[in-house]
Amino acid sequence: MKPYIEPRTPPSETAGTEPERRRFLKAGLAVTGAALAGTAQAVPPPPWMTRPGAPLSNYGQPSPHERAVIRWIAANADAPGNGISWTPLERLEGIVTPSGLHFERHHNGVPQIDPAVHRLAVHGRVGKALSFGIDDLLRYPMTSRLCFIECGGNSNAGWHQEPMQAPAGNIHGLASCSEWTGVPLATVLAECGLQPNAQWLIAEGADAAAMNVSIPLDKALDDALLALYQNGERLRPENGYPLRLVLPGWEGVTNVKWLHRLQLADQPAMARNETAKYTELLPSGQARQFSFVMEAKSLITRPSAGQALPGPGLHPISGLAWSGRGAIRRVEVSTDGGKTWQDAALDSPVLPKCFTRFRLSWRWDGSPAILKSRATDETGYVQPERQILVAERGRHGYFHYNAIVSWAVAADGSVSHVHA
Amino acid sequence: MSMRDLTLTLLLAVANAPAHAAPEGPRLGQPLEAAAISALDITVFPDGTGLPPGQGTAVEGKAVYDAKCAACHGPNGSGGSAEELAGGRNPLTSAEPDKTIGTYWPYASTVFDFIRRAMPLDAPRSLGNDEVYAVTAYLLHANGIIGEHDRLDAATLPKIRMPNAAGFVWVYPERQPR
Repeated sequence: MKPYIEPRTPPSETAGTEPERRRFLKAGLAVTGAALAGTAQAVPPPPWMTRPGAPLSNYGQPSPHERAVIRWIAANADAPGNGISWTPLERLEGIVTPSGLHFERHHNGVPQIDPAVHRLAVHGRVGKALSFGIDDLLRYPMTSRLCFIECGGNSNAGWHQEPMQAPAGNIHGLASCSEWTGVPLATVLAECGLQPNAQWLIAEGADAAAMNVSIPLDKALDDALLALYQNGERLRPENGYPLRLVLPGWEGVTNVKWLHRLQLADQPAMARNETAKYTELLPSGQARQFSFVMEAKSLITRPSAGQALPGPGLHPISGLAWSGRGAIRRVEVSTDGGKTWQDAALDSPVLPKCFTRFRLSWRWDGSPAILKSRATDETGYVQPERQILVAERGRHGYFHYNAIVSWAVAADGSVSHVHA
Repeated sequence: MSMRDLTLTLLLAVANAPAHAAPEGPRLGQPLEAAAISALDITVFPDGTGLPPGQGTAVEGKAVYDAKCAACHGPNGSGGSAEELAGGRNPLTSAEPDKTIGTYWPYASTVFDFIRRAMPLDAPRSLGNDEVYAVTAYLLHANGIIGEHDRLDAATLPKIRMPNAAGFVWVYPERQPR
């Protein structure tokens, strides 16, 4: 194949010879300049219109003017690989999270894995134990789906007595949404065959924490995906390269990254993360365990805490809603602290277990206001008010906070987080 | 596996297939031999399945703990920068509940499993099985669950009843209202 070569400007009558063309251009500029001088102040064109731009690049980067649109990191200085980073939800639009801004939760750092040696082992209560290379899996039938992944600990500042003053993404940004592409887990399990007493699937990552969780087999056979691609390209290392388990709608920790082992078992492993962590202590002293599904939730991202309205008038309200049980049916918005509600418009597509963008135009009269959003999913579940959730769960559950979020707009247009 | 067993397994595999059949793959899986599985399989279940040979006591575990764990978890399992493992005083129903191994963790197997797979944080998988049994024994003793000379091994560890074993309600699968 010959390389593509930009054709040279073909000679033609209209182009003329080079000196002629330059004379023509100079004359044109002189005429334009004269016209401007005669009518208004001469405004020089911006520099990007007066010299050639940057050459082509192999991999695009965001504009330097968008450098502030980054993940916010929290990690222990003694163990910097054991931490989290939040998606800046309040600075994004639409429903897809750019891969480089997808939230992170690591239990002992991001492994740099060579896909040529990484394998997925499937063993335990199977007909035959098998191992699959990444190149093998790339030959399997694939499917794509857009779905959110939300950490079980997302929004946990909501359990605090006092509302945390931070950008929306720094509180609720342990949730992101991508198009994941990979092999249905059921395809691989069918190849291995399942013994009748196989009821749980223990999934383990190849990271330094050997992070593992137990997953009921019915979920594994339903819509679990062995993801190889995220938003069209291979997974980012921090999101599980080269192989990640994606369980649509289930809490983030079950979406095991750097997946290397699946063990079929008749019982859950009772791993540290599904007993000591990711379980919700109730006021009774009992704790909820295997609370896999992320319940319906919504969040106004614009305007939100830390932002400011420049003045009264028409303003867009925009936000995200999602449910681990299916599609969002309705998002209502209140601008008077919950006294009255109106339906927001839902952008297409509205997909199950996926971020849904909602919008409403709001005419702000300049007086203090409290904004709320309330999601309802296709099962009829309605996102609860904060006091209802706290009354039911107490304040030490830590995980699965999905209450209505309230933003207060002050008379000067500044927006803050309130419990209202 | 006899031919009869093999046939049964394959039949059951079909019976267990999801309602909406998954697309068929090109069948590129390579057989995993028993030795390869045992090299990979580090899961320890509450009933003791997966526990390796080896043994240790709290007395032996104290030396390992002091050398490799105390810097982060504090002397005797509390007061460090990492999570509190022992010494919890506040019950789970209190205003500031302590969630230590003794007050919260439902199974002793989890302590062994997590130490072996993930600890110490700067050198996971560096402890031998005897050391893991010993540190597990030390932490259980620090929580008042076993004596300092009680020997932990694959037979004794699964018999330990943890104080909060009955403290969990499974949310999944969701039970229908009666």
